[in-house]
Amino acid sequence: MARSPRALTLAAGVLMLALVPVAAELLDQPFYVDLFRRIMIFAIAALSLDLILGYGGMVSFGHAAYLGIGAYAVGVLTHHGIANGYLQWSLAILGSALVALAIGAVSIRTSGVYFIMITLAFTQMLYYLGISIEEYGGDDGMRLAVRSQFPGLLDLRNATAFYYLVLGILLLFLLLGQRLVNARFGMVIRAARSNEPRARAIGFSPYRYKLTAFVISGAMCGLAGALLVNQTEYLTPEFMHWTRSGEIMFMVILGGIGTLMGPVLGAAVFLLLEDVLSAWTVHWQIILGPFLVLVVLFAKKGLIGLVPDEAAPGG
Amino acid sequence: MGEPLLEVRGLTKSFGGLIATDRMDLDVTEGETHAVIGPNGAGKTTLLSQLSGDLRPDAGLIRFVGEDITHLGAPARSMRGLARSFQITSIFKDFTALDNVALAVQAHAGSSFRFWRPARRERALREPALEVLRTVGLAERSELMAANLAHGEQRQLEIAMALATRPRMLLLDEPVAGMGLDESQRMIRFLQSLKGRQTILLVEHDMDAVFALADRISVMVYGRIIASGRPEEVRVNPEVRQAYLGEDTLL
Repeated sequence: MARSPRALTLAAGVLMLALVPVAAELLDQPFYVDLFRRIMIFAIAALSLDLILGYGGMVSFGHAAYLGIGAYAVGVLTHHGIANGYLQWSLAILGSALVALAIGAVSIRTSGVYFIMITLAFTQMLYYLGISIEEYGGDDGMRLAVRSQFPGLLDLRNATAFYYLVLGILLLFLLLGQRLVNARFGMVIRAARSNEPRARAIGFSPYRYKLTAFVISGAMCGLAGALLVNQTEYLTPEFMHWTRSGEIMFMVILGGIGTLMGPVLGAAVFLLLEDVLSAWTVHWQIILGPFLVLVVLFAKKGLIGLVPDEAAPGG
Repeated sequence: MGEPLLEVRGLTKSFGGLIATDRMDLDVTEGETHAVIGPNGAGKTTLLSQLSGDLRPDAGLIRFVGEDITHLGAPARSMRGLARSFQITSIFKDFTALDNVALAVQAHAGSSFRFWRPARRERALREPALEVLRTVGLAERSELMAANLAHGEQRQLEIAMALATRPRMLLLDEPVAGMGLDESQRMIRFLQSLKGRQTILLVEHDMDAVFALADRISVMVYGRIIASGRPEEVRVNPEVRQAYLGEDTLL
């Protein structure tokens, strides 16, 4: 298992990501540290969506909500003069977990298109809430006065330190995700996705497991939101716009649903294409759209599906 | 004879104008193999779905091991020892055969709120699962994806999943449906091997299977049991012959 082509791809990818700041330094292109940090932040968001979408069959079309809550937790506290990162990020995780609990408790009782619509509706509510609060910039948003402070640990103003922190969180979540989906807990939500009546017939009550997965996913994405607002140094309700939810889902599908690694690759390809194409033409989405169609048509398991994975039956 | 393991009283279920279960009474005694037969559309699967908790009855009472389970859902009934197989094969197709059975073991082996240890390496789940696969004759196929098993093997797998929950009673919905002669003979022999050790309520169309297996037969027509008794009694019952007009050569 450790030597499957996909495991080698993972190792190569991690090595490459680890070397980005070094290469940027050598090439004198600090911009790349910024770009790849952004990629990893969205990779965390996409990874969190894949946990429930790929393994739990829950098509959340509102994952931007947690990105927004994480960002607002940081932005609002900073606005009120509390820049302590431990406090901010704890609030980001806790807040998005609680909102995920509320949204999940309602939406998981439904399925299919209703699930999609409910998660979308909740996220739109939060988006308009963000727009309506003038104190925090309304629809213009507001600048983040300072990045989250971690006295004695690290300084996020240091681009490289911030970069490696994001990389560390991404790797940690990849590991946690990998353990989770293969543990008893993950087997239950995967079984429920595969055949829920059968899962119930052998004695599982899928609801509570799916809800727990939904909350874990929301909390992970909330942390990505806290990272994102530190990245952009700007708080805006646009983080919660439904097109953002669509982009995160796009990354998951592009990279490969239900693979954990796939969404990370998907985030990288999506944002790199965006970067390259948008420099070339403002209508870059005209190229990106057909590209996704081609991937869905010809690589049903996403880009990562092109790399063989001998291990893990049932995956 | 003691209390019946399963008691059904006045069970009623209708879909719009169609009464699928009509004030039905049924007892299943511990250790017996009880077959419910009836013409197409008699309401056999509807009955089974109400017993397993997949369908809520409109009225009536279902008691299992002395407890009223009428309002319990399917998972809670599984926990109390009722296990069902479905008429249309219902398995986890994108998992291996062994995974399928191990999941059934897992559902009855303590909490599944465990987030770290790989479930596929838990011997407490894999070994009992493999043991059950061996019993149904699927041990050599354990690492195959369930979707790639032959139809008959998928039906066996379903029975294996039911058995892996260590049920007090099996609810089988047409276990030999869609099987070839060889496959159904093998399934019947296997179910015969369970007889006496396992209480079974069987809904079946195949009369060979019914007469090979049943200790008691209840005949269902339009949502009601019109006759119940030992196979040889049911065979000569005039009401049953009436209901099966045209099919009486089978009986």
